[in-house]
Amino acid sequence: MRGVRFWGTRGSLPVALDASGVRAKLVAALRDAQGRTFDSDADVDAYVDALPFEIGATFGGNTSCVELLTGGPEYAACDLGSGLRAFGQAVIGQHGPASPQTYHLFVSHVHWDHIMGLPFFGPAYIPGNRLIFYGGHERLEAALRRQMDMPSFPVGFDVLRASIEFVHLTPDTPHDVAGMRVTLKRQHHVGDSYGYRFERNGRTIVYSTDSEHKLTEPGERLAFADFFRSADLVIFDAMYSLAEATSVKADWGHSSNIVGVELCQLAGAKELCLFHHEPALDDAALAKMLAETRRFEEITRGAAPLRVSAAYDGLEIIL
Amino acid sequence: MQFQSRHFGSIAVATPAGRLDHSAADGFEHSLLPLAQDAQNAALIIDFADVDYISSVGLRVLMLAAKAARARNARIAAVALQPIVAEIFAISRFDSVFEMFATLPDALAAMSPEARAAYDAALTRDT
Repeated sequence: MRGVRFWGTRGSLPVALDASGVRAKLVAALRDAQGRTFDSDADVDAYVDALPFEIGATFGGNTSCVELLTGGPEYAACDLGSGLRAFGQAVIGQHGPASPQTYHLFVSHVHWDHIMGLPFFGPAYIPGNRLIFYGGHERLEAALRRQMDMPSFPVGFDVLRASIEFVHLTPDTPHDVAGMRVTLKRQHHVGDSYGYRFERNGRTIVYSTDSEHKLTEPGERLAFADFFRSADLVIFDAMYSLAEATSVKADWGHSSNIVGVELCQLAGAKELCLFHHEPALDDAALAKMLAETRRFEEITRGAAPLRVSAAYDGLEIIL
Repeated sequence: MQFQSRHFGSIAVATPAGRLDHSAADGFEHSLLPLAQDAQNAALIIDFADVDYISSVGLRVLMLAAKAARARNARIAAVALQPIVAEIFAISRFDSVFEMFATLPDALAAMSPEARAAYDAALTRDT
């Protein structure tokens, strides 16, 4: 495993930076630039690159889609959120539409934000491509077909010209897929979701989104620590604050940054990546959450530090 | 984890001590929840002066207490947080769940002058 590339990182529904958001960033950057001189384009680039992320960039708004950089010749990704469209366009752009590719697509669950990108996934319409969908849900194929039925979508699933296969994966049993050892774990979420542990060449990535941790059963906590054990990277559903997740948004099926740090520390994981961002949070709020999570990790640090990052559309994490 | 409780007028004051983590959560819950549920207590104040650390499981117990208190329109407050615990409250957003006060006397005075007077009388008696 070389790492991951995030194509969609937002929870529940896509969002976009709007006009007022862009204006606020420009105003902040220009205020900060007062009194400075820029003698070259390189000076401008250096200044922009040094701006705080929440001013000079954005976390993005596509829903869940994470490419696994397996190191092998075939493509792999977790979830089919709206970020899947950009993933497909990037691969087509790299190889051209006439070059057949194989895509291994692991689905956490079939809620809409995790499958809505498939009707816009260009490679699915190109003969010669091979799409293999993996999941723990018996109704995975039915859910993907249903969202493309009339009157919800004008192009039916049977119009897709790629070769399409569905593979049901049993939880808690290792499977060999695309040179990876893949293990699923059932997670607490309405209708169930599945976390994935991917291992290859001594590197481990865990994708655990749409997963609520109820904090009432010690056994559950230890089971997730085992699932995350010694992972190089844990991509974790940190949609809500702990206060929200245990009160007004209890049983909504999501978790918090606090629980993410605690589980990764217990598991001896190396990096926690906050994921499935709440759509109501703007860039400043997400940057604040990242800084606070890093501080919480510092407060609670044991023997080894845990790196903490926050996913954004376009981020690459190389292990 | 150690736990004591006192009453000043109609206000219950809970005083846990030590680390409120996984090993302490059950005992903390069994000690704290009855105070939050007791209709005799118009308010519950949790004094964190002797709490070194609180984990997610300890915070969950606090949320149960807050829900129980609010269900019967009782007030609930957290006071005298050590700096690390105060940071954890802020990061987890639990500082928006509780009324927050710097000291126990401040909280008592804000919630009930009678309770504050009872606290002052007890302090005079004990000293």
